[in-house]
Amino acid sequence: MSDASRNGKYRIVHYVNQFFGGVGGEEKADCEPFTIQGPQGPGRLLEKRFREGNADAEIVATVVCGDSHFVEHQEDVLRELVPLIRGYHPDLVVAGPAFNAGRYGMACGGVCSALQPLGIPAITAMFKENPGVDQYRKTVLIVETANNVSGMEEAVRKMVRLGIKRLRGEEIEFPKAEGCFEQGIRKNYFHAEPACGRAIAMLLRKINGDPFETEYPIPFFDRVDPQPAIADLKGITIALVTSGGIVPTGNPDHIESSSASKYGKYSLEGLETLDARTHQSAHGGYDNTYANNDPNRVLPVDEMRVLEKELGFKRHPWYYATVGNGTSVDNAKKFAKEIAVELIRDGVQAVILTST
Amino acid sequence: MSYARPHAGVHPVTHLWRKITVTDLGFSSATRVENGKLLIDKGELTALLRSDPNIKDVQLTIARPGDPVRIIPVKDVIEPRLSRIPGYPVFPGVLSAWDPDSDGIPSGEIVSLCGMVVTTVGSIVGFQEGIIDMSGPGARYSLFSGMHHLVLDISVKEGTERHEHEKSVRLAGFKASDYIARSSLDGPLSSGTLETLYNPADPGFHGSGQSGGRKRVPGIAYLYMLQSQGLLHDTYYCGVDVKKMPPRRIVPTEVLFGAIVSGNCVSACDKNTTYHHQNNPIILDLLRGHGVDWDFVGCVITNENVTLGDKQRSSTQAAELIASLDPDGVIVSKEGFGNPDADLMMNCSKIEAHGIKTVLLTDEFAGQDGASQSLVDSHPNADAIVSTGNANEVIVLPPMERVIGDDRVITELAGGSNKCRLPDGSVAIELQALIGSTNQLGFERISSRFK
Repeated sequence: MSDASRNGKYRIVHYVNQFFGGVGGEEKADCEPFTIQGPQGPGRLLEKRFREGNADAEIVATVVCGDSHFVEHQEDVLRELVPLIRGYHPDLVVAGPAFNAGRYGMACGGVCSALQPLGIPAITAMFKENPGVDQYRKTVLIVETANNVSGMEEAVRKMVRLGIKRLRGEEIEFPKAEGCFEQGIRKNYFHAEPACGRAIAMLLRKINGDPFETEYPIPFFDRVDPQPAIADLKGITIALVTSGGIVPTGNPDHIESSSASKYGKYSLEGLETLDARTHQSAHGGYDNTYANNDPNRVLPVDEMRVLEKELGFKRHPWYYATVGNGTSVDNAKKFAKEIAVELIRDGVQAVILTST
Repeated sequence: MSYARPHAGVHPVTHLWRKITVTDLGFSSATRVENGKLLIDKGELTALLRSDPNIKDVQLTIARPGDPVRIIPVKDVIEPRLSRIPGYPVFPGVLSAWDPDSDGIPSGEIVSLCGMVVTTVGSIVGFQEGIIDMSGPGARYSLFSGMHHLVLDISVKEGTERHEHEKSVRLAGFKASDYIARSSLDGPLSSGTLETLYNPADPGFHGSGQSGGRKRVPGIAYLYMLQSQGLLHDTYYCGVDVKKMPPRRIVPTEVLFGAIVSGNCVSACDKNTTYHHQNNPIILDLLRGHGVDWDFVGCVITNENVTLGDKQRSSTQAAELIASLDPDGVIVSKEGFGNPDADLMMNCSKIEAHGIKTVLLTDEFAGQDGASQSLVDSHPNADAIVSTGNANEVIVLPPMERVIGDDRVITELAGGSNKCRLPDGSVAIELQALIGSTNQLGFERISSRFK
């Protein structure tokens, strides 16, 4: 991918918005995408700095799109732009810098992110409060810039330094060292010293009041306040959802025993109880002997049937199950979101969540 | 080698540790160490292990560092040791009755065979058993890849109940280790390296020694959290299931004698095998700097039970025991992940509430892409954490020429999946499946950071 083009130059495609593309300001923000051969606006400075950095690079095309048009028609625009950019056989795509322009930042991030799966290196640059940072930092290399165009010179200098490394095929393992935003992704590495010695050294510094750096900064956790109890269950629909891994025998969806990447949705239609022949636990984080002997212990279908008659609620004919063992919080959140949308759509008003 | 005695006039428990290094293993007609090579009488050891009525068969195999060998599914790893203290056996309370409170912990000598371990494998009991690769990329993640293994591949009689199965395999490892130590280390020994370890004096004497009550070096305590979720996730102290035991102080060098043993099938990466307990580097480092760089004021063991009430009670008691040692700071190590994260945070916040500084050792479960948060619980006081790596990170292990055990179970292991087998015979598996890879006692060098 770092092969220079036929005339020996690296080929770069530059993405800019309507303003830097010379179309106009906010009043032209709905401008549809088009292409200019060669550099335009900040592209000229970029090209100059690449050459000063001993990288014989050429901006072969500048792709321009209005900011509003991009965010309002993102899928369509990308469907058009990705093959178009690819057609130039670029060694690198540079988007922006977008500074603190929110829609422009989202567009730069969106373009870079869409090119990654094709193996086309793409970089961009923005101000830390640009919404594009939070949206794309995990997948895109984003150089940190000032909040407005007065930081152009510095932004271009940092982008070129990073761009040259990418052109030469260097993998950027820790973006922060390159002036980029941390991707917020945990990555393993081998420390020079075993963890035990590091712990004692950190404790001595903490005791002495010397500065120390935790190796894992504790994040802020969402806490969900429990909802008030429902006084009268008569007539409402209640569903069962479990992270205890109760699945139909044979685990038809192959939900992993740990680090689940999926959940299953299974019918309870006509079932008065679960038994060991029809259901099992797929969970690897607890001894599932007793859950396998009687799956109602984790997914209390039997008790629900008793209470249903007693209290007059309606049972939801489906239950959802995953394995809550080493499962990442991101995956868990994603499952919860999808399940909640379906439950609400299906008129469920209360859920009993069981875990292990 | 000896270290300064911290409190003159008080006699702390002192242990002399002799280490005899083994450079190779082999089978022979009599179990002994000869010219650095451990020779094992296969027939005698097999017969001893088969005296357990649950055990149908035991295959003994040797694996050496650098061999193209995968050992799977590993249940426990044990270093053979012999106590030279009359009446105080190794694995006290496990292979013989022992009450540390009425019998006391006597001073004296212990001998260990270094460079080799007894490793138990056999059909899977719980999902969370693991892999040791003796060469290739996986070998970088575990200290066990650098050791000689006597592997016991144990099969039990049909119909053996799961918990009985676990117990038989667990005890077989200790019996084999004890047999090897007794057969090869009994008698006069002149070789090996010697180290003297002085335990902390009793807390009643703390600060009443030479220093006249004025601390000149910081006081450090150690809170040693033990997996006790139950149901194949258990740890034993002097034979007692720790989930049934309140937190308590121990004499730190008790661990050298196998006072803490593993009985658990929690995820391979961060469960403490018996070897890890026998060689706990936090205890050893704290003892080695004791009286010089710091005062090691004591070690408290606590459990990681599953109910909220148990967690609250244990963390309160553990924090009070730690506070009674009057340390400036405490190292807290966790075992397992997920549920125990809650115990870790409770221990941290309650100890900090006593005005004592904490550093926590934990691994991370940040997802295969590293993008998720790493722990399931948090507390603002947990501001000093040493990370032993993201156990969800995927590693590709090429196929091995030889498998000891059964590698068909690889997809079922915690960290494996039904998609983990690649077309070329490699497996793409989470670090979670490698024994000891993200050990939270701090043996390994792997860590994690933001990219």
